[in-house]
Amino acid sequence: MNAPATVEITPDVVAEHGLSPEEYDRICAILDRQPNITELGVFSVMWSEHCSYKSSRVWLKEFPTEGPQVICGPGENAGVVDIGDGQAVIFKMESHNHPSFIEPYQGAATGVGGIMRDVFTMGARPVALLNALRFGRPEHEKTRHLVSGVVSGIGGYGNCVGVPTVGGEVNFDTSYDGNILVNAMCVGIADTDKIFYAIAEGPGKPVIYVGSKTGRDGIHGATMASAEFDDSSDEKRPTVQVGDPFTEKLLIEACLELMAEDAIIGIQDMGAAGLTSSSVEMAGKSGVGMALNLDHVPCREDGMTAYEMLLSESQERMLMVLRPGREDVARTVFEKWDLDFAVIGETTDTGRLIVTHNGRIEADMPVDAVSNEAPLYHRPWNEPEKPEPLAADLVPAPRSASQALLSLVGSANLCSRRWVWEQYDHMVMADTVVRPGSDAGIVRVHGTQKGLAICADVTPRYVGADPFEGGKQAVAEAWRNLTATGAKPLAITDCLNFGNPERPDIMGQFVFAVKGMSEACRALDFPVVSGNVSFYNETNGQGILPTPAVGGVGLLPDVAIHASVGFKPEDDTIILIGAEAGHLGQSLYARELCGLKHGAPPSVDLALEQANGDLVRGLIADGSLKTVHDCSDGGLYIAVAEMALASGRGADIELGASGLPAHALLFGEDQARYVIACPASLTDTILQRAQALGIAARVAGTIGGDRLTVNGADPISISDLSAAHEEWLPRYMNGG
Amino acid sequence: MKAHVIVFPGSNCDRDVAVSLEQAMGRPVEMLWHGETEVPATDLIVLPGGFSYGDYLRCGAMAAHSPIMRDVIAKAKAGTRVLGICNGFQILTESGLLPGVLMQNMSLKYICRDVHIRVERSDTDYTRQYGNGGVLRIPIAHHEGNYSADDGTLDRLEGEGRVAFRYCSPDGETTEASNPNGSARNIAGIYNENCTVLGLMPHPERLCDAQLGGTDGVGMFSSLVEAMQ
Repeated sequence: MNAPATVEITPDVVAEHGLSPEEYDRICAILDRQPNITELGVFSVMWSEHCSYKSSRVWLKEFPTEGPQVICGPGENAGVVDIGDGQAVIFKMESHNHPSFIEPYQGAATGVGGIMRDVFTMGARPVALLNALRFGRPEHEKTRHLVSGVVSGIGGYGNCVGVPTVGGEVNFDTSYDGNILVNAMCVGIADTDKIFYAIAEGPGKPVIYVGSKTGRDGIHGATMASAEFDDSSDEKRPTVQVGDPFTEKLLIEACLELMAEDAIIGIQDMGAAGLTSSSVEMAGKSGVGMALNLDHVPCREDGMTAYEMLLSESQERMLMVLRPGREDVARTVFEKWDLDFAVIGETTDTGRLIVTHNGRIEADMPVDAVSNEAPLYHRPWNEPEKPEPLAADLVPAPRSASQALLSLVGSANLCSRRWVWEQYDHMVMADTVVRPGSDAGIVRVHGTQKGLAICADVTPRYVGADPFEGGKQAVAEAWRNLTATGAKPLAITDCLNFGNPERPDIMGQFVFAVKGMSEACRALDFPVVSGNVSFYNETNGQGILPTPAVGGVGLLPDVAIHASVGFKPEDDTIILIGAEAGHLGQSLYARELCGLKHGAPPSVDLALEQANGDLVRGLIADGSLKTVHDCSDGGLYIAVAEMALASGRGADIELGASGLPAHALLFGEDQARYVIACPASLTDTILQRAQALGIAARVAGTIGGDRLTVNGADPISISDLSAAHEEWLPRYMNGG
Repeated sequence: MKAHVIVFPGSNCDRDVAVSLEQAMGRPVEMLWHGETEVPATDLIVLPGGFSYGDYLRCGAMAAHSPIMRDVIAKAKAGTRVLGICNGFQILTESGLLPGVLMQNMSLKYICRDVHIRVERSDTDYTRQYGNGGVLRIPIAHHEGNYSADDGTLDRLEGEGRVAFRYCSPDGETTEASNPNGSARNIAGIYNENCTVLGLMPHPERLCDAQLGGTDGVGMFSSLVEAMQ
């Protein structure tokens, strides 16, 4: 859309900009006249679902966002949480779904770049990256190509910038055949007295553009991300941005160097909707106007129009408002790092965004109305039907439990992700204490003994079956994964990926997932400090499984005292913490091996989660417990197998005398459970502590040998399990 | 001992190597911006890992022409110890201080994992604290680490004892399976004629701390400290 200022605004042009006739009427009322094409473009991106959250805002208010640990909750570029000693952890997760489907390498790469900018914009040095990826079924013709492109795009960007990728998730499901999910999370560290916000403070301050030059890439990316796909989606390739991680690296160093000086009032990255949203948001938050002269914007191409410059989503750019008189200090820093630096305007007392280009006023709009009066929709929603539980006797026992285990550890959704994370530099910065492949990654806070545990979790099949319980479970699992390392869970960020919100069934999924997540966040003192909503993950009317990804961050006061998944040489006994009900509905066993996709997911008892988790965290803090694994996907059998695989040590699992069938005990996915391992000398102490607190705990096996057995029978060698576990993904990616 | 770490705009292991060196030296390391033209008197110059200039063309090709490199090359030729790790190794080959070239990994993919390397000689300033034939577990993290040179060069390197490290199995066998990137003759690192300049792809600075999972990298830095005292 290379729109000259003379384009006539017809209903077709309005519709092409993704605006409804009612929204257009509202724009005319705000301006008291018809907009020109440039103004229409600005409204179209600012009022897009992606930027305005117009369908989700009324529900996002349900999230608890406060707590003594929270310094800054949602609404800024990223959430800020206190970690003591004058330090804060700053983090956020964001989707880059639509662009990654169209152009997987660049889509994923720029997703990583964008989320890092959200974090260092606030004054934090990025210290860890994670990503939650969902692809279509492995047999789908596009899946292999998408996995390959997304993984190399994430690696290509993060590796070059030099921030370790320490964890994440990869899932395959047919509901993502036409809409993959690429959710990237970045975690940074800042001093609490050096945190920067997207503000402008008052009139008469210089507005500065820094970073890369502006090109014609990514125009209307935010609008694309606010619509469904159809068969012609490949034509949207030009709306995908192109990333330059080297420039991002320079931008990080230059911004952090300048932030150490007293020069910056406010700073905002030019992400979705580029120059438009960064200028409107900064001015809007401070109640000032802004005058921009586009003649000064560094451009990559000749003859760019105001429309193009305002809507370009070229990457690696920042907008800053400086203290008057400090321009030269800033210019010196950016020139040292070979980055463009231009004074492109100033803040004003007019309350209006006035954009001039080639001596002409191209846009003149009230800032407040553009930024704060975006439409707000109470979309109709249907309450999701509660599924009936899947009767246990409908789930057949396997002929051989060990062969079922072998199939599961070698299946698309449970196999080793080594092929993925070995393409990510997960050790750069030399503070990675627990590498990928664990319940949570752990990075040391540089120069201290503190550690951050970081994870990304959601079980979409649970959310699809019961959005409320599934929403609860996503939060509880993140909390549990942090707890399993010994960390105190601090707060979450989220990335809420759903289908078309204009369909009441989809809106109902969203509403109930948010309610479930909110309940869990409140119960576990695990507030939401940042996040992102991605709707319209639909193709030809087929929506994805509802996927509210949760990114959790926890604090280890002493990083030397933590637990990890693999059995340690001194471990003898396996203990299962948490009650067993043998819940097989929505389990991987029922779905993958029995083809049973109906039934309720396991329910989540938040009081039990809290009690069981606090016990485990306390045992780790005492220094007595070094081996812990969250018991989740695949149940007890998979959890023990993963602990064996991580250490090469075998075990014999003991099934309790519960009266439940063996396959329900082995593969049931009851929540609030941990598998722990310890030296025999500690067994009684741990069981007594659990008993004193009324927490279910039992000896669930002994460690030793090189095989896995159940009640002394049905052996399978760790090396066979390992081969199946490691083989699937490389073989699949090689075309096998 | 005095050490200087050169910082190119896209260096990202500069801090990591400085931390490991400082642990061994017990005193601070100087960081030197690539735009400088002179390296002060020093015992060791480190070219760290990273993506010096983005490396969109040939890795290290632009860095080899950076202002500071003229003096680094002069000092290396005059005998100052120069250590190039990963991207630093690529810069050393591009600037002609070491022979050969680092090509794309055989798998055409970036690889980040611990590998085993065998210490080919333990009588240099970089290895005197390691045993001859000792096996180290050290991480690699690169997309272009596939060492290549013509047969004559490879024969000469071997004949002159200039192969510093080879990729090997945990028990020290140089097998094809233990070669992560396709490097000629499993070569992971090489010396110049006097063994004063070392380039290697693995990152010893990443395993110098038990908390990070290993300490096999320490020996290289403590060897340097011992040699330079």
